[in-house]
Amino acid sequence: MLKAVSLPDASGLKLLLLPLLLAAGFFVSFVIGSYPISIETVLAIIVGKIMNLPQSWTKDMEIVVMKIRLPRITAAILVGAALSTSGAAYQGMFKNPMVSPGLLGVSAGASLGAALAILFSYNIVGIQIGAFIGGMLAVTITYLVSVWLGRNGDTMLVMILTGIIVGMLFSSFLSLIKYAADPYTKLPTITYWLMGSLASVNSNDVLIASIPIVIGLVLLMLVRWNLNVMSFGDEEAKALGVNTGRVRLLVIAAATMITASAVAISGMIGLVGLIVPHLARLLVGPDYKVLMPAAMMMGGLFLLFVDNLARTLYAVEIPLGILTSLIGAPFFLYLLVNTKKKGWA
Amino acid sequence: MKMRLEAKNVSCGYAAKTVISGISLALNQGESLCILGPNGIGKTTFFKTILGFLALQSGQILLDGEDIHRWSRRKLAAKVGYVPQAHNPPFPFKVLDVVTMGRTAHLSFFSSPSQKDKEIAEEALCTLGITHLKDRIYTQISGGERQLVLIARALAQQPAFLIMDEPTANLDFGNQIRVLNQINKLVQQANLGVIMTTHFPNHAFYCASKVAVLGRDKMFTVGTADEVITESYLKAVYGVDVQIVDVGKRDNSLKVCVPVAANCG
Repeated sequence: MLKAVSLPDASGLKLLLLPLLLAAGFFVSFVIGSYPISIETVLAIIVGKIMNLPQSWTKDMEIVVMKIRLPRITAAILVGAALSTSGAAYQGMFKNPMVSPGLLGVSAGASLGAALAILFSYNIVGIQIGAFIGGMLAVTITYLVSVWLGRNGDTMLVMILTGIIVGMLFSSFLSLIKYAADPYTKLPTITYWLMGSLASVNSNDVLIASIPIVIGLVLLMLVRWNLNVMSFGDEEAKALGVNTGRVRLLVIAAATMITASAVAISGMIGLVGLIVPHLARLLVGPDYKVLMPAAMMMGGLFLLFVDNLARTLYAVEIPLGILTSLIGAPFFLYLLVNTKKKGWA
Repeated sequence: MKMRLEAKNVSCGYAAKTVISGISLALNQGESLCILGPNGIGKTTFFKTILGFLALQSGQILLDGEDIHRWSRRKLAAKVGYVPQAHNPPFPFKVLDVVTMGRTAHLSFFSSPSQKDKEIAEEALCTLGITHLKDRIYTQISGGERQLVLIARALAQQPAFLIMDEPTANLDFGNQIRVLNQINKLVQQANLGVIMTTHFPNHAFYCASKVAVLGRDKMFTVGTADEVITESYLKAVYGVDVQIVDVGKRDNSLKVCVPVAANCG
């Protein structure tokens, strides 16, 4: 006799749909681009990497698929997942739906670190390490200053304000670097990189960035239930048995690590960390148990979609960061207007 | 076996400022304690200290003889539940999700609630007679319903003691009585020890096995409602004239306290 299996509820079903969409998006994206390759050829090339197949494709096709499109598609998914997962984590932790990875000064810090590395002509690994150190430095300053300032009062608000100030400080250092940079060689590189783009990623960059991103994502997934409780406020979370200090430290460290690594390969990509968690919340509801994986996969899908637009919309590639902001800013306004009517969804 | 929560000569407050001092009281499971006192006297500060949000300035808080300020958050939360005054979280959680959060103290750091935890949460909703709210959005239900949901969340925590911060604040007359009836039921049937604050002496008469009154100038008294809530004592604490009268039948009478209009100033 068949045993009754409890069916997952609606949000669970939607969650099962997302990996399928992501897989479909992954393969379809290989076909998109100026060099025409059919989906059969793409599949044959990928399968051919794993097992022996009679070679029915040209060497050029293999290079386009494996060396150009695969790193770029993987990078778009990784960066999108990283930014939106850390955005969702910050939003729960600060009980504030308006918060994003930019909040703690992480993006600004990571950008400063990367720009410095570009200024000193370091290679891509150097740029990644620079972004990571810059991001960590910014968040550490924000964290320590806000704990010190907020020791008798509202740590949360103080932390957000401190993050904004630290972000501004790092941004002005960034401007100083741009001012000092060689206007013919370094300045265009820094400026273009700051606009956010995946045009120049290679497999090596993606591989190096994927390690901290995957570790950070796994950590955030593991502690995601605590974020539900944290969104009711520090005291209630403590009364419910959460060691709030430990959760906050772990979430900040993990979210910062993935944000900095994402910034290092893609530059500044705005608003993904703000709008995708909201889209995910509209789709599966606010429970972090399902919200976190949903935000992660939707972030990957969203950035993959926007990056496909970026590389196909015009003959000349549009920087990804500009596109996400163009799409994100009106959405942000829509959220603001909608919130006034019926609260955060 | 009944557990016992004990405060021994407790002083508490913020940093350099001591808000209240010299508080000693004890409560067993299956008893309720109502704390009365004027605004700003330190009732909430006392609660925050019991729950470990604030460090003790002196004295001890013991649970079954163990000093709870050495306990981890998880261990304390498994014994002492907290029902705060209802407020809105920033996200529209479902009622069942909110109640399931009460299970956090029984989960390991890296895990999420299981089906079993969901069942315990549904049981808590059932105990309070609000199963129909299960799938409603917590931020969209009424204040009285929200208060009951927070009590259900604390029940899902399966503690021995409940600390309730003005459970009847901001509720209409009917909801006040409904919440008090639920508290009575939890104390008598579920064998919980309840400590609650209230601004209404009548509520203390209605459901407290013990009453503690905090007043200015370190005034502090604890005892049964009949012993502590007297006309002269309320005059001393709140500065108003009241009359305490018996209502109802002889074998089922209840004391109530009514203001004496002529002398209310």
